[in-house]
Amino acid sequence: MIKVENLTRTYGDFVAVRDVSFVARAGRVTGFLGPNGAGKSTTMRVMVGLTAPTSGTVTLDGRRYADLPNPGRRVGVLLDASAQHGGRTGREVLVIAAQTMGLPKERVDEVLAMVSLTPAEAKRRVKNYSLGMKQRLGIAHALLGDPEILILDEPANGLDPAGIRWMRGLLRDYADRGGTVLLSSHLLTEVQLIADDIVMIGRGEIVAQGTASELVAGAGTYVRAVEKEELARVAAEEGIALTPVGDGFRGDAEAVAIGRLAAKHQITLIELRPADGGLEDLFLELTADTQRETFTEGVMA
Amino acid sequence: MSHALDLTAPGGAHAADDNRDRRPSFGRLVGVELRKMADTKAGLWLLAVVAIVTVAVNGGVLIWGNRDDLGFSELLAMSGVPQSFLLPVLAILLVTQEWGQRTGLATFTLTPHRGRIVAAKLVAALGFVVGALVIAVAIAAVLTPLTGHGWDGVTVAWLGRVFLAIFLGALQGFAFGALLLSTAFAIVAYFAVPMVVSIVAQVWTSGTEKLQWIDFGTAKGILYDTAAPTGDQWGHLATATLLWVVVPFVAGIWRIQRTEVK
Repeated sequence: MIKVENLTRTYGDFVAVRDVSFVARAGRVTGFLGPNGAGKSTTMRVMVGLTAPTSGTVTLDGRRYADLPNPGRRVGVLLDASAQHGGRTGREVLVIAAQTMGLPKERVDEVLAMVSLTPAEAKRRVKNYSLGMKQRLGIAHALLGDPEILILDEPANGLDPAGIRWMRGLLRDYADRGGTVLLSSHLLTEVQLIADDIVMIGRGEIVAQGTASELVAGAGTYVRAVEKEELARVAAEEGIALTPVGDGFRGDAEAVAIGRLAAKHQITLIELRPADGGLEDLFLELTADTQRETFTEGVMA
Repeated sequence: MSHALDLTAPGGAHAADDNRDRRPSFGRLVGVELRKMADTKAGLWLLAVVAIVTVAVNGGVLIWGNRDDLGFSELLAMSGVPQSFLLPVLAILLVTQEWGQRTGLATFTLTPHRGRIVAAKLVAALGFVVGALVIAVAIAAVLTPLTGHGWDGVTVAWLGRVFLAIFLGALQGFAFGALLLSTAFAIVAYFAVPMVVSIVAQVWTSGTEKLQWIDFGTAKGILYDTAAPTGDQWGHLATATLLWVVVPFVAGIWRIQRTEVK
């Protein structure tokens, strides 16, 4: 379990992370979601002691990272797959980590097999690796010590679709066996496919958190009608807010309320369902005012 | 852990031989640092060049120099010239590659105590200096019977001073590396500083007396002399070491402890 409490990190006047608190639980995949520059990486660097917090604490299964005697055996970390010496072979990168942690060399071959890097690929120097191969090597590095907790910053970056599916399976399985997985992403669809819990961050502050299903449930109802203007008018009269989304609207009311309203006014509905633009809409909505670009409503379609 | 008994759980597979909360020993960290210097092409070449140049300098002097004027001490001092250039570069790389190549992300997450890593690197640098000196001593010893002066003036104390000279140079490189955290800046600074001091010495002729106290190159050079340095000369070495090694080293440690690793 990862517990972040009231974490703040400032750089001069700039607040990179402000009063962030959340928990990533064992047995679950927690998606740490936010646009670029939202403070995800800063938060993760603070977790593992690479950046000092201005205030606040992070504990990993009850201990501060710096208090872990052999942290690689408890917490697997992948912050940047490109941060490796280009002149080392992939295997050598893992060998020196294994040597630091006191692991046998056979463990290196085990994790190489786990991430499907062939012995020939493992012998090549990292500078000749594709981003996808570096990412696999980074995941192997994180898995090396067989830790209970994984902290992965944008692990899907550079992986091809098959690789992304493989990683999803790996992390799912890892959480199902009782491990704690925290992964960050700026891609909603990615997080939506794998995370049990979601923590959303924008401009350094948590904007939403909860289980993935809870967050989707809050997204309202999607409705499409032949008489669009008529529907918008009567909904406004009834106090139901409708937001144009694509060809229809998203309403902040249950489907049954909108259905009744349509029946009463003899409006022909052609679609009525829980809004499933789901997390994407929610993500853009939640981060719209904290996003660098300003979004118009139409973009939410 | 609720899943500690489940052998398929993460962490469970190694539960039997559990050294999971055993802190890596200092010796282990030193071993890793030694390995990290030799496991890249650049590092391996640098080590090879130290050995090759040491052999070449001795061979060259013996072939083209006047053997009658040479002895063990001259040969060893000759090896000291390239080594005092190359070993500091090696020491610089030991520190700066963690930032330049960004391997610090892995190094400092596996060992979240930066002081331990710096200490391990320092011991590793010392190890390389000893290794280089052993090579130099061995070559000089093999060639000495061919020279005119033989073992004249060679004492344990003098060998110690030669080692000190080379080690102080490496320490200076290490300190500059720690302070600047950039390979290029540290190497440039390492070679530019003595030049600046000697240029100042040439221009500011009346200050020669004072400059002795900060001229690290000259102060180290005296250590290669078989005659023991005078008290004043030790004094010059002490103040120059304080300025060019101790101060940047302390500032560098402070910086490494505080800086963000990105």
